[in-house]
Amino acid sequence: MLNFIIRRSGISVLTLFFISFVIFMLLALAPGDPTASLPLSIPAEVKAQIRESLGLGQNPLVRFVKWFYAFFWVEPMYTIEQLTGLNTYGDQQRIISFQSRSPVMDIVWQRIPQTLWVVGLGYVVGTLIALPIGIISAYRQYSWFDQLGTFISMVGFSVPTFFTGVLLIVIFSVNLGWFPSIYDTTLVVDSWANFVKQAKQMVLPVSVLALYNAAQISRFMRASMLDNLNQDYVRTARAKGLGEKAVVLVHVLRNSMIPVVTVIALGVPQVFGGAIITEQVFKVNGLGQLLITAIQANDIPMVQTLTVIFAVLIILFNLIADVLYGVLDPRIRYD
Amino acid sequence: MNFKATLLGAAAAFAMAPAAMAERGADGHVNIIYWQAPSGMNPYLSGGTKELEAASLVIEPLARYNEEGTMVPWLAESVPTVENGGVSEDLTSITWTLKEGLLWSDGTPVTSEDVRFSWQYCTAEGGGCAQGEKYNDVTDVEIIDDRTVTVHFGVSKPFPYGPFVGAQAPIIQAAQFADCLGAKAPECTDANFQPIGTGPFTVTEFRSNDVVSLAANENYRDASKPAFATVTLKGGGSATDAGRAVLATGEFDYAWNLQLAPDVLAEMASAGKGTVVSSFGTLVERIMVNMTDVSADLGERRGTADNAHPFLSDINVRQALSMAIDRDLLVEIGYGTAGRPTCNVLPAPAIYKSTANDACLVQDIAAANALLDEAGWEMGSDGVRAKDGVRLSMLYQTSTNAVRQDFQALIKQWWAEIGVETELRNIDASVFFGGDPASNDTFQKFFADVEMYANNFDGTDPESYMANWECSQAPRPETQWQGNNMPRFCSEEYDALVAEMATTGDLNERARLAKAMNDMLMQEYVIIPLVDRGRVSAHANTLGGVILNTWDSELWNAADWHRVDG
Repeated sequence: MLNFIIRRSGISVLTLFFISFVIFMLLALAPGDPTASLPLSIPAEVKAQIRESLGLGQNPLVRFVKWFYAFFWVEPMYTIEQLTGLNTYGDQQRIISFQSRSPVMDIVWQRIPQTLWVVGLGYVVGTLIALPIGIISAYRQYSWFDQLGTFISMVGFSVPTFFTGVLLIVIFSVNLGWFPSIYDTTLVVDSWANFVKQAKQMVLPVSVLALYNAAQISRFMRASMLDNLNQDYVRTARAKGLGEKAVVLVHVLRNSMIPVVTVIALGVPQVFGGAIITEQVFKVNGLGQLLITAIQANDIPMVQTLTVIFAVLIILFNLIADVLYGVLDPRIRYD
Repeated sequence: MNFKATLLGAAAAFAMAPAAMAERGADGHVNIIYWQAPSGMNPYLSGGTKELEAASLVIEPLARYNEEGTMVPWLAESVPTVENGGVSEDLTSITWTLKEGLLWSDGTPVTSEDVRFSWQYCTAEGGGCAQGEKYNDVTDVEIIDDRTVTVHFGVSKPFPYGPFVGAQAPIIQAAQFADCLGAKAPECTDANFQPIGTGPFTVTEFRSNDVVSLAANENYRDASKPAFATVTLKGGGSATDAGRAVLATGEFDYAWNLQLAPDVLAEMASAGKGTVVSSFGTLVERIMVNMTDVSADLGERRGTADNAHPFLSDINVRQALSMAIDRDLLVEIGYGTAGRPTCNVLPAPAIYKSTANDACLVQDIAAANALLDEAGWEMGSDGVRAKDGVRLSMLYQTSTNAVRQDFQALIKQWWAEIGVETELRNIDASVFFGGDPASNDTFQKFFADVEMYANNFDGTDPESYMANWECSQAPRPETQWQGNNMPRFCSEEYDALVAEMATTGDLNERARLAKAMNDMLMQEYVIIPLVDRGRVSAHANTLGGVILNTWDSELWNAADWHRVDG
């Protein structure tokens, strides 16, 4: 197992290098100009000076090497210095955003809490709803519960979040006035009143995301359960005289979880990626909103850094999913 | 008699007292939403409107424009002019005097050193200052005494109000930014996010592209202002979300730039929680007509003055294109109360507004057809006019934007009615407005027959704006395709007017020249103006003191904002 992890990590490093190079070149060579969104009343010579000060005059390869060094060496060193107080970072050039002219990673760290709270909770709630629905739907296939579950997941699957989000806002914020339509990222939960406020402002975005996630995962769970329920070992278990509870929740469920765990694990990096649309609709301003505004503003360092962080997470969670396989299914051995 | 007058005055003063003598911070909290979130608080580093406006709560210029476009002293005691001796007779220097007793929010005094430093900061090598143009031709900012500075220009400046005037060129604190000159500017994140200012508020927390928290400035020059103790300036979402938050749910008090379909805004406003306000400036949506041949066979010389356009060089065609457009309908569909039809590329301020071209307000397809018939453009069997084998078939480009695509479709329809075939194209705004000389899709390169976008100018003086259409401003390979003269219009007479304006100080004379230039462009039909676009914002009915200003930052008078009973 250890061998396997080491081997896979080695490949991952190469993959990451390749991914970051491809992303950087795609961004650097694509048409687009960070000064394009400035008012037209700013003259072209001034815009040229701005581009020069952003370092856009340099060769893309030089810019890539600088970025690569800053991302994989300067930024981790800076983080270590911040955490431990050791002088590991010195005074080297960090990755600077074109938009705010401030270090990219500081803004990323600022955005992580609200993304993890809202998008992460949406994922957790979605998963917690999806698993029982999937199990019951499969066990009582074609019952009214299954039909209802299928209907709801079809709705969750096919109706986009920009529609459900706005629909919930119109009903619960505009008409009923129960929940706010705009998320307050500066709210600090230091009292019961603020806790209630925080809970209130999370209800709508979390519901939208939970519906969307639950729809997907419950379909996987149901399909996987159905595959296993007709297997010979299930008949054997029943023939041995095991109770239905033990048959379904121990034998069938454990075997059915293997593909579902992969799906769930591979979905986790998407949590960090933020939910671009839902974050925009509810003004949560997390990582998703950060990415989309950076793309719109042609903020290359920001887009590059975020996409590579997502790439790192996806590779990491792939590895975790592979390891979990071995834990869930003793037949799978990597050595 | 005198006694009575005094008594009446005193009574009036008492009646005014509740508003005038309000206590600083008495009205609590105000929520402002900018659906495009500010990414910094330093207008010298980022020239975007959202950053300018957010920063205007904190840092201020010496003078700024009020809602009528009149210059008013802000940190300065008065606006210097030639008459009051503040501007030298030869128009090469201007002397400003700071108000007495001004303090920065950290309690230190504002001195002429800070004013001089603001100039140095923006002109430092390698800083990429977005407002560099404001300090054009400044050779020195001389410190006369603690409160007086003289700005010296290398040339005679009939309009010397570029430096330190308007939200674009505020005064920043020398002590705070001393180590942030030139290439070091981005390293000063704290200063760029939390500048020390003289404005009514100071930043307590700044989150880039998300939210700014501000509190009343304890050292603000008017002890009774601002009425609000704290401000939240939230960003993100869309114009619709922002409009809804103020007009429908009442969560926010002020929403900026609500470019929404007129019926959507009316529907939101019907909830009765807020008021939509609009005001007009100089922003004109226009069609630029290309006077040069852009066919790809010309290679290097494509789109340059070397080759005249095969049919748009005929003024009758250009005039017919303008006559066929129903500007009222464009306004109704695209902008509602936030737009009005215009026949001028220079629509404001009032003294510069020409009335010589108002005939364009009425669509006249029959007359346009007649004009083309007369000019010898004969209708072909395919419904497209032609003359000597040249068909009136055009490429019409603009940036990707829902309203612009609606406009394209409507105008294509009208032009079809006069026998002009139009192919439509839209280009992503970041490419279209980007300055990449390698791209063939920029609005400067203009490899199309007509193109549409909006433009305006800062402040109220149109001199540099009108100079956009000088011969030398035409984008061409020699200028790396930079320049503002998109139509490649070139007239000696026009250039002479531009040169004359650059040396004319008298306001009425300047107005005459600007109007003459506008009329020349309009009557040559090289620019077809469509819509004079206003700004639309909304405020809650419980927020008082809002005066929408299109000449400066919208938040220019936030010090006067207060709570009222809605």
